[in-house]
Amino acid sequence: MSTPDHTNSRSDPRWVRITLVTAALGVVGVLIVIPLVDVFVEAFGRGFGAYWRTLTADEDTLAAIRLTMTVAPIAVVTNLIFGIAAAWAISRFRFPGRTLLTALIDLPFSVSPVVAGLIFVLIFGLQGYLGPWLRAHDWRIIFATPGLVLATTFVTFPFVARELIPVMEAIGADEEIAAVSLGASGWQLFRRVTLPNIKWGLVYGLILCNARAMGEFGAVYVVSGHITGRTDTMPLRVEKLFQEYNTPGAFAVASLLASLALVTLAVKTALEWKTRRDLAEAARLRSEGEEP
Amino acid sequence: MNRILTAFLVITWLGTAHAVELLNVSYDPTRELWRQLNERFIAAYAKSPGGQLTIKQSHGGSSAQARAVIDGLEADVVTLALEPDTDAIRKAGLIADGWQKQLPNGSVPYTSTIVFVVRKGNPKGIKDWPDLVKPGTQVITPSPKTSGNGKLSFLAAWGSVVSRGGSEADALEYVTKLYKQVPVLDSGARGSTTTFAQRKLGDVHLTWENEARLEVQEAGGELEIVNPPTSILATPPVAVVDANAKRHGTEAAAKAYLEYLYTDDGQEIIAKNFYRPVKPEVLARHKADFPDVKLFPVTTVAKDWNDAFAKFFGEGKVFDSIYKP
Repeated sequence: MSTPDHTNSRSDPRWVRITLVTAALGVVGVLIVIPLVDVFVEAFGRGFGAYWRTLTADEDTLAAIRLTMTVAPIAVVTNLIFGIAAAWAISRFRFPGRTLLTALIDLPFSVSPVVAGLIFVLIFGLQGYLGPWLRAHDWRIIFATPGLVLATTFVTFPFVARELIPVMEAIGADEEIAAVSLGASGWQLFRRVTLPNIKWGLVYGLILCNARAMGEFGAVYVVSGHITGRTDTMPLRVEKLFQEYNTPGAFAVASLLASLALVTLAVKTALEWKTRRDLAEAARLRSEGEEP
Repeated sequence: MNRILTAFLVITWLGTAHAVELLNVSYDPTRELWRQLNERFIAAYAKSPGGQLTIKQSHGGSSAQARAVIDGLEADVVTLALEPDTDAIRKAGLIADGWQKQLPNGSVPYTSTIVFVVRKGNPKGIKDWPDLVKPGTQVITPSPKTSGNGKLSFLAAWGSVVSRGGSEADALEYVTKLYKQVPVLDSGARGSTTTFAQRKLGDVHLTWENEARLEVQEAGGELEIVNPPTSILATPPVAVVDANAKRHGTEAAAKAYLEYLYTDDGQEIIAKNFYRPVKPEVLARHKADFPDVKLFPVTTVAKDWNDAFAKFFGEGKVFDSIYKP
């Protein structure tokens, strides 16, 4: 006298499942799918030709694209270097302040980007600590490209390190120790042993870092100074075009950023699948090795 | 990768280093005005001994923009909404004393005021200031803390009471009610316009006369202007940021640029963008564009602009005491 609903007591009642699935799909649909589709509909609504002209005919929009293509790569490369260094230090050495360092790496995630921007204004602004000295030596940091790079680097700082730390801890130092005992130099060790092990986690971190770097709004908003054609990055340009009643222009630039998001999502999904497999493989090899 | 990076850096550097360039830091709704003025002035200046010129623009809430210049945004000229914003830059030592006397008419090349924008057909029947505080009326205007429009809306509301014989206590009661009906305070005028016209929030938008005209024009029949019987006389001043212009060697160009605003040509463009020109003959030509709103000066509500700022918008002063978000 058993119906499928009764026998499977480990599963929630049917109505709960249906409600939850509908709610989840509804929220995703309303918050993510519809706006995303809308961006492309608005951007391409008047044909590809009009879209292309909107993007390329406006000098200031082109300047914004160039600026983002300058700022984001610099931020990504900087974070690549610092991210590897930090992940290496944290996963390979035990030193005082290690836990603090781990926590501090996450700080940019928990600080509002606006605050991050203000920090740089307070340090490099004319009323700030370094501002007068910088002005005297004709160095421009905030309200110029270096400030945008700094702010972007700050908010995207955790991505690479956060991805690498668990990967490096899971893989362990055994192979590296072996390499050193066989006489590998530091650089050889990194290039031949560590890098191949972490490469997918690294790529994953870089992809996320890049997506955030290109899309960052709050922190760069504060340090930009909003000089049209000079310190407007793509997200700032979207806002400006929208406010200047140039809706087609705003959506055209927005569609570029949305495309970037889609590409990021695709690469991220592929890499997640790959890293999960690599981690499982590493864990399996290690546990096999530990058995007597 | 590195080569591409270097190329980008070189391009950015080349783009920034040469040619005489002015940076005009302005307030929010003047984007269209300056685009036209710049085009004409650059053409005129090319024929003068000064030669080739480029002009860069930065727009935002007036006080926020003043703050940025004080923090090191290298403006050659500032064209902000209100005198105390410009004067704050003087106090930081970047503009020379007596800047109000450097150009005609107290360095004020045009005036403006605050009017109402309502939805098509004026469904809430808004005609005058007291109508704004009727129950269920939502008012959109930017923050008096960061925006010139925001401050002027507040001062106009206050003045609408005291200029008609109301006491300060009446005015306080009125603005308290008014700001209870403001659902969101944007940081600048254009942000409020977007909120009202594009996000369709609120029943009435208190904004610059020029911004109202542009907003209604862009809305294609969805919005209309209501001119209140009385409002505030806004006097947005312009000034050369002496310290910056000197460093950049752009003093002559910056001065010529601001003087151009007072020429027939400049005043005509100003009028066409719905700012009230100060030259009587240009204003006369555009009489029909500027309806008869009784404009009271800032002295109706305070001693002067600086006093109005201190009295109403200072830390813990009137606005802070009535507005609880």
